[in-house]
This record gives sequence, structure tokens and C-alpha cells, in this order.
Amino acid sequence: MADGLLIIGSSQAGVSLATSLRALGYADPITLLGDENHRPYQRPALSKEWLQGEITNESLMFRTQEYWLEHRIDVLKNERIIRIDKRDDGSGVAHSMSGREFAFDRLALAVGARPRRLLLDGVDLPGVLYLRNADDALELKARVPDVRDVVVIGGGFIGLEAAASLTKMGRSVTLLEAAPRLVPRAVGEQTSAYLLDHHRAAGIDVVLDAEVRRIVARGDRVGGVELADGRVVPADLVLVGVGVLPNTELAESVGLVCDNGVRVDESALASDGVTVAVGDCANLPNPVPGAPDGDRVRFESVNNAVEQAKVAAYAITGRREEYAGIPWFWSNQGALKLQIAGLSSGHDRTLVRADPERGKFSVLYYRGDRILAADCVNHPLDFMAVRAALSKGLSIPYDAAADPSVQLKSVTVEPAALVAD
Amino acid sequence: MSQVTYTDHTGASRTVPATVGDSVMETAVRNGVPGIVAECGGSLSCATCHVFVDDADLGNLPAMEEMEDEMLWGAAEDRRDNSRLSCQLKVTDGCDLHVTTPSTQV
Repeated sequence: MADGLLIIGSSQAGVSLATSLRALGYADPITLLGDENHRPYQRPALSKEWLQGEITNESLMFRTQEYWLEHRIDVLKNERIIRIDKRDDGSGVAHSMSGREFAFDRLALAVGARPRRLLLDGVDLPGVLYLRNADDALELKARVPDVRDVVVIGGGFIGLEAAASLTKMGRSVTLLEAAPRLVPRAVGEQTSAYLLDHHRAAGIDVVLDAEVRRIVARGDRVGGVELADGRVVPADLVLVGVGVLPNTELAESVGLVCDNGVRVDESALASDGVTVAVGDCANLPNPVPGAPDGDRVRFESVNNAVEQAKVAAYAITGRREEYAGIPWFWSNQGALKLQIAGLSSGHDRTLVRADPERGKFSVLYYRGDRILAADCVNHPLDFMAVRAALSKGLSIPYDAAADPSVQLKSVTVEPAALVAD
Repeated sequence: MSQVTYTDHTGASRTVPATVGDSVMETAVRNGVPGIVAECGGSLSCATCHVFVDDADLGNLPAMEEMEDEMLWGAAEDRRDNSRLSCQLKVTDGCDLHVTTPSTQV
């Protein structure tokens, strides 16, 4: 085993896989390839604290150089893999754009996702930006001083985080969302409505049901966004955040089954049974206890990247461990801290716990008596209680939770108690 | 020079030189100190950087804000009087901080 493991992708999933393997005592060589001109760094703050200048570049770094050396993890940047020759036993050689070859005994794909591009007139104008990686963020931050009017296209996490940050930085922000509500994929209607009220009150001009027709120029750069009703929203800068697409090209090129991501099993093993795929690029069996058989998901979250990397590290070291824990997500949007525990799909009723005086708001999602998930805004106690209950298989009875002054932790019970009621 | 000493639940200690302005969490994670997970990277969202601060150091730390206080109630190992989230503790010039990590963070 001279060549060891080659991990393509050095963001959260790739880094977590490498560090988890060393923590488990994996002794073979590990090569961690990144295709950017940056040491492995954390992305979440790029749209928030980093953009607003609250934290330094250095605080985004995952590990010190000394850590990588000491743990014999060979971290390389600027290496974009363009071709892979893989044998049936899972070993092979990866070829980079720079002309280097990386031989491997085993391959791990942590290749992430890329922003979905708008296909409209004017999207190539200078000043139309996306926000996924550090270079995107550096460009955005560099332009902010010269910008007054910003249009954000997309009312998901990235769009709202950036819109809130740019508003705090004194810019005039209009946010265009194609759906009738904000964050339609990730939160329920009541949470969407709460977010809408908050962001409008904070000064963001949110337009729902917005149909963008084209990006218009002023001179040789972006000048505004034209909507289907003919209105042109002026913009010195347009930031597009309309979702991501998993990077599956390399996996497809070596014959791995892909379907909205690289298809993997519970152990993060791809269809060849050897190669692992982790993080945003992976399509995995829904890990939530009680999920419908055959249900599959692709997460775009730090939590999943970390947890799936752990499972993959166990698989590589010859152990099978179940994906532990309940999916959770966070999105800090200006003064709002949104935390989501669990997956709300399949719910048949909701419960709102609001404390307007203290700015706290939660929505609990139930299927029958069973709690599935919670969206919590500035309400860490509710978030932590629901997350703990879900991960321990405990219940939070609907009726007991209905009183917003009750601590959820104090009414959490064994599921059997529900039946006894 | 500033430094932080991390003791795990078994009693094993490691002292790490620290940069002023970094958090106690960042200092641990970047140097590969086990026992601090810090999934959320310091944005007060996960409570997986829970530490118990040595009583001698406790009084030198800034008071807790409400968010940290509430997150601590959900930490994997029950909080104590000297519990803090290490992402909220900044290394100061000349500090010599001692913390103990819980047996589990998740």
C-alpha cells in the first residue's frame, strides 16, 4: 500500500476525512488535493463574518501547516484533476491540469458542488457575481466599497446571508426570490414568513414571485436587473445565489453511478464498492431514523460533511459504522441565527413557539405524535432540545410543547410515554 | 507569549502556544488537539467546543452572552458552573489559560 489514499477536494468533507482517518490510526499515505490557490479553509463565514470584516483570513484555516506535517497529510493546492484512470480494485492514477500524476490505492471524492448559473442575457457582465469559494468572496469584498445598490438573486441561505451582511455594511439591497416565499427548500412557510418580516424590517427590499428577465448593462458593466413586468431594479452589483449542482463529472468518467450526486451507500461507498464520496457531492440513503425505505438525500451542510467523512473513514479502515446523529443546519443572517434540526419532510402538523419580546421564534414539525424537525430563530434552547431528542430517539409531546414558556428539554420523554397517554 | 493548556477527561494534558486574538477553540482545532469538535467553526451554532475552565482562570474571562449560555444547556456533557464554549474565549496577551475538555462533544 505505497500510494495510499487520494482525496480530491480539500474543503470540509475532504479535510474531515483526512483528519478522521488519522484519528482512527490509519497509517497509509494521505494526499489531499485542492484546486484553489488557498490552503484548506472553511467556507461558511465567507458570506457573513468574513465578508463584514469581523474575522481574518487566518481564522478560516482548518489546520496549521504543522498539523498537516505532523500527521503526514500531504496537502496540495492548485491541483485540478481532469482525468482518472481507475482499476477494478479501486486503485489508479489521477491526472491534474498542471500535468502531475497522482497514483492511489484508493480514491475519495470530496469534490463538492458548484453554483447553478443563471442562463439569461447579461449574466456575463462585469459585476455579476456568485459566492461559493474564497476567490468569489475576495472579489465580492473588493467591489463593495464602490457599490451602492446591490441586487441579490435568490432568497436561500447564501442570498439572505449575503444580503443581510451587505445591508449591515451600508449597502442598499434588493433581494429577488422566484418562489412565493423565502428559503422554500429548507424551511416551512411559517419560518419563511418570519424571515421575510425580519429582513424587510432590517431594510432589505425583498421581492417574492420575482421573475428575472435579464441583467441590463450600464456602460460596459452591470446596471440593473429587469423583471418580467418591465421594472428595472438598479444595481451596481448583482449577486446570484440560486442553488448548487453536485460535481459528478469525475465520478461519471470512471463509471460510478450518479443521480443528483455520486450515489453512495450507508458507508459512503460508491457503486464500485471501494471509492468513497463525501460531502455536497454525495447522494446518500436518508440517515434519519424512520425515513422511508429507499429514500435518498444530498445534503449541503458542514454537519453532513463531518458525519459522512467519519463513516467513510471507518469504512476505509475496515469497520462499518452507521451515520450518527441528526442532520442539522445553521444560517446566520444579520441579527438572525437560524438553526434547523432534523428534516421536516413528511410532516402533517406544525407548532409555533414564539417569544416576540425576546425575539425568539421556533417551528416544530410533527408527523402525528412524532417530532421530525425544528426551525429555530435566535432560540438555541429549542434547537438544542429538539436535536438532542431526535438523536436519542425521544419524543417531545405536541401538547406539552405548545406552551412557549415550557423548556422543551423538561418535557422530553421516552416514545412509550406517548402511547401510554 | 500566550498559551493554552488542554486537559482531556482522562487527565492527559497538552500545552499549545496561542496567537492573541484567536479563540481557545481555534487554537485547539488548528493544532489538532482532540476533545474539541467545533463543527460550526465558531459561529455559536453547535456547542461542540464545550470546555471546563480552571477555577483560577474563570474570573479573568469575559462574561457569557445569552446565546452562549443557552447553547451550553444543550451541550453533550452536562454543563457545570465553570462551563464555557471555547469559541467565545479569546486568547489575550500573556494569558496562560487552563481548560479541561468533556468526555464527549456530540
